[in-house]
Amino acid sequence: MSILTLHNSLNTYLILAAILFGMGIYGLITRRTLVGMLIASELILVASSINFMAFNRFTAPDPTVGQIFTLFIMAIAAAEAAIGLSITIAVYRNYKSVDTEDVVDLKG
Amino acid sequence: MNPTEWSWMPGIFTAEGFAGYADAAAGIVFLIMLATTIIGGIIACNSERLVRAVAGLALCFVGVAAIYYFLNSPFLAMMQMLIYIGAVCITIAFAIMLATPEESKKQGPAGPLTGPLGLVTAGLVTFGMIGLAVNTKFDIMPKVNMGKVKIIGSQLLTTYSMVFELVSVVLLIAIIGSLVIARHGRSK
Repeated sequence: MSILTLHNSLNTYLILAAILFGMGIYGLITRRTLVGMLIASELILVASSINFMAFNRFTAPDPTVGQIFTLFIMAIAAAEAAIGLSITIAVYRNYKSVDTEDVVDLKG
Repeated sequence: MNPTEWSWMPGIFTAEGFAGYADAAAGIVFLIMLATTIIGGIIACNSERLVRAVAGLALCFVGVAAIYYFLNSPFLAMMQMLIYIGAVCITIAFAIMLATPEESKKQGPAGPLTGPLGLVTAGLVTFGMIGLAVNTKFDIMPKVNMGKVKIIGSQLLTTYSMVFELVSVVLLIAIIGSLVIARHGRSK
């Protein structure tokens, strides 16, 4: 298999999705602002979408199902981004900060 | 015209030669888009400034849209550009402008161990998933259709119509809910 035919192999897409998922996990752990964590979670969602699309292209008998599911993932991601950012703005208004270490009122 | 006159031309001008060059070009474009995706992801999860992270996220989404195109779905590629780059990235950029203090007191990772621990965790997850993906034998089923946009549309309104409506309701609730949450305390 040559490097120019990588796009015809299922493993390429699965490995790419795994790498994106790992980046998302890394971002979620190391980011210290709420917006940064939201960006990292978008990476995780995209990784799962790529997995769905890869299996849809290579193994699934009906190639419309994966596309429809990915479409639903996009809609949920948009809703999640809207709610997460509005919560971020509400937190910023109350605490004057979006740092995760400052929002510890419930820590006890 | 005598075909031997063209024998000095490169093989791209014959039909089968052109198909070979098109395949090679597709492979090169795929590699470029793969690199775009990964570089965008690295910028998105690593850069110090959030605006740069959003720009990296948009770059990553462009690459992902091209990868959807390679996965036989130009429709999803267009939706990726519209929804993720056009809506989600812009929303995040607005949130950064609205809700980030000018002077960020603390920079860098949250603690001395957070960076290495995050790297180890992400590496373990990544290599676990890669090992799982490479070592599993997937059954390949014969296709029952080509997955064209027409079939997607008819399936969305017949087989998946319930989920379609539910997603619409979820989006509506999300919009109203985010407006309510973000508006709370504004009149003070």
